[in-house]
Amino acid sequence: MQKLLLLLGDEAIAQGAIDAGISGVYAYPGTPSTEITEYIQASKDAKELNIRSSWSANEKTAMESAIGMSYAGKKSLVCMKHVGLNVAADAFINSAITGANGGLVVLSADDPSMHSSQNEQDSRFYGKFSLIPVMEPSNQQEAYDMTRYAFELSEKFGTPVLIRVTTRLAHSRAGVERKEIIEQNQIKLPSNLKQFILLPSIARKQYDILLSKQSEFENDAFKSGYNELIKGTDNSIGIIACGLAYNYLEENRHDNEINYPILKVGQYPIPTKMVNKLYESCDEILVLEDGYPIIEELLRGLLNKGKKINGRMNGSIPAAGELNPNIVAKALKLNIEDGHPKPEIVQGRPPSLCEGCSHTDTFTALNEAMLDYSPGRVFSDIGCYTLSALAPLESINSCVDMGASITMAIGAADAGLIPSVAAIGDSTFTHSGITGLLDAVNTKSPITVIINDNSTTGMTGGQDSSALGRVEDICRGVGVEEDHIRVIKPLRRFHDENLAIIKEELEYNGVSVVVAKRECIQTLGRRMKLKAQNKRTNKSV
Amino acid sequence: MKKDIILAGVGGQGILTIATVIGMAALHEGLQLKQAEVHGMSQRGGDVQSNLRISSKDIASDLIPEGKADLIVSVEPMESLRYVNMLNRKEGWLITSMNPFVNIPNYPPIEDVLKTIWEVPRNVTIDAEKVAKEQGSIKAANIVALGAASPYLGLKFESLEFAIRTIFAKKGEDMINLNLKALLAGKNYAVKRT
Ligand SMILES: Cc1ncc(C[n+]2csc(CCOP(=O)(O)OP(=O)(O)O)c2C)c(N)n1
Ligand code: SF4
Repeated sequence: MQKLLLLLGDEAIAQGAIDAGISGVYAYPGTPSTEITEYIQASKDAKELNIRSSWSANEKTAMESAIGMSYAGKKSLVCMKHVGLNVAADAFINSAITGANGGLVVLSADDPSMHSSQNEQDSRFYGKFSLIPVMEPSNQQEAYDMTRYAFELSEKFGTPVLIRVTTRLAHSRAGVERKEIIEQNQIKLPSNLKQFILLPSIARKQYDILLSKQSEFENDAFKSGYNELIKGTDNSIGIIACGLAYNYLEENRHDNEINYPILKVGQYPIPTKMVNKLYESCDEILVLEDGYPIIEELLRGLLNKGKKINGRMNGSIPAAGELNPNIVAKALKLNIEDGHPKPEIVQGRPPSLCEGCSHTDTFTALNEAMLDYSPGRVFSDIGCYTLSALAPLESINSCVDMGASITMAIGAADAGLIPSVAAIGDSTFTHSGITGLLDAVNTKSPITVIINDNSTTGMTGGQDSSALGRVEDICRGVGVEEDHIRVIKPLRRFHDENLAIIKEELEYNGVSVVVAKRECIQTLGRRMKLKAQNKRTNKSV
Repeated sequence: MKKDIILAGVGGQGILTIATVIGMAALHEGLQLKQAEVHGMSQRGGDVQSNLRISSKDIASDLIPEGKADLIVSVEPMESLRYVNMLNRKEGWLITSMNPFVNIPNYPPIEDVLKTIWEVPRNVTIDAEKVAKEQGSIKAANIVALGAASPYLGLKFESLEFAIRTIFAKKGEDMINLNLKALLAGKNYAVKRT
């Protein structure tokens, strides 16, 4: 037997994509999808095969670059976390209309239970919305196999394909068996060079083509083997188990007699024929799906006049949060083992800024500067610095989506809240802060923007930041006045200076930027370690 | 053979290293394995846990069902109690370091934490930092905790030693030896105690 690789779900997807013959991966980091691109970046195979893998500025630029590679006839993978698909949505939805030339696979990693996200949106909706096939693996091996299959599907039907995973699979390890490497494509432009011009007259044709493929997509989902009807002897309930939910069902089947017929779902659009067969043969249906009740809602319909459909909508399963084996057991009315009650003595231990983090010094100074004004004026963004929301700093008043700090400050200032302050990280600034700053400059908005430039994307583990060493230049280029681009070094010993600078800029009745510049200590630590290592190896050579 | 293990601690305390050692030892014995890790947000000084399942048969779920864990192995006492609801009430063992990691203002008095742990039937508490220091470095406290759990893992001790040699190979002979000694010291402590 071939030796199994012990891979995270994310890594299985990455290996699957390498072996499927991709020429590039495009991504912006985001938990729980980050490890896919990191695996490809570190892979020796990928290096030898010359697979491009550097980070994109945001999910939209990633998606568009991948569409470009697909246009040129090569296979590309795009990875993001679920909310990243919102950022990429314009390109994503329209890529369904252009169709794919080289294989185009989009991976979106959902985060039910919001382990590290601001919502638990379900990417399968995006698949339905854009009318393209969706794959949803139930385990690491399927993550590998389905990634390969998604590329095949994409090229067979000339369509982008979406793969949806959730945190649990993305971040869980198991043995995976590899298959042979498929060669990369040569450059080959679309036979119709107008295919990607979505002028209305062409878009209408392209949309008709997409609509005409729908039955083929469903037929493929019927035949591929990734949707499977498993016979049972007890027809009082029929179970539909999507993706990972199937494992939780299996877990319960190991310990209990469960003889209900099951429809295991791994590929969408879900084949009506299979659903119908299950529905007709059973008294009621239980739908197990991580995320939103998509299948459940389809089966119920608006009027819910058919057989009883159990799931999140009728309370058989909690409306929010990820599934687990015991939730499934309860839905099946099985006895579950109660564990020890949780002792009251256990206190919460929220994540916090690392000791010595530059953000602490920046926000300490900002807090003091804000004492001159009424509270509630600091609009933040997403990154490690968002942890300044918690005690002891409690500095910020908002965190909505990446880039929203500057633009919300503009709106609040327009409403009369002057000064309004934005706090944003360097990676978030290049992700989607620059355009907001341009808006501010164009309207001479009385806001102060603190750019926490720690030379890295700290929150997601220290990936390269697109603006490395160029934050002030970018601000200048956007049109912020030279006198109001101030650089501070957030260290305790510079506190008084930094405080004075922030205070001055808060007073300024126009756009001001304070760049708080000091490297993330985690990134710094890793860089130093690597340097020492390199020195050692150089010596020994 | 089937063991469901919850690993617990605070971000940065090295529970993923413990997971990797157990995982490699399990693979070395030809067992199946699933290990759900925590990445991202929760790593910055927050609580972290990992579900590790090893078995001679196929493993379905990545998550251990509540009330069914055979073992909680923790490198921090309060954290060992956070997931006690996961522990099998009839035969589960709780093995934890006694050294509190205090990075929150409302950390309860350590005596009360330990008292609560000692009320859990089948527990092992170990001063992992002290034992690790005696072996050469406090850094190996996580491996001391693993050593204390080793008699309950259902794996051969030699397999764990093999895993440590492999995993720490890149870090040099000194690190390998330190961790091997830490593993053994942890085990000896647990065996003597029970
Ligand atoms: C649309 C979107 N993409 C990705 C993420 C994941 N994410 C959260 S914060 C962050 C980057 C933070 O980097 P930076 O702004 O430089 O701040 P730092 O963490 O370094 O302080 C990323 C990628 C997200 N929340 N939303
Ligand atoms: S990882 Fe870096 S940016 Fe994030 S809290 Fe730690 S030091 Fe600060």
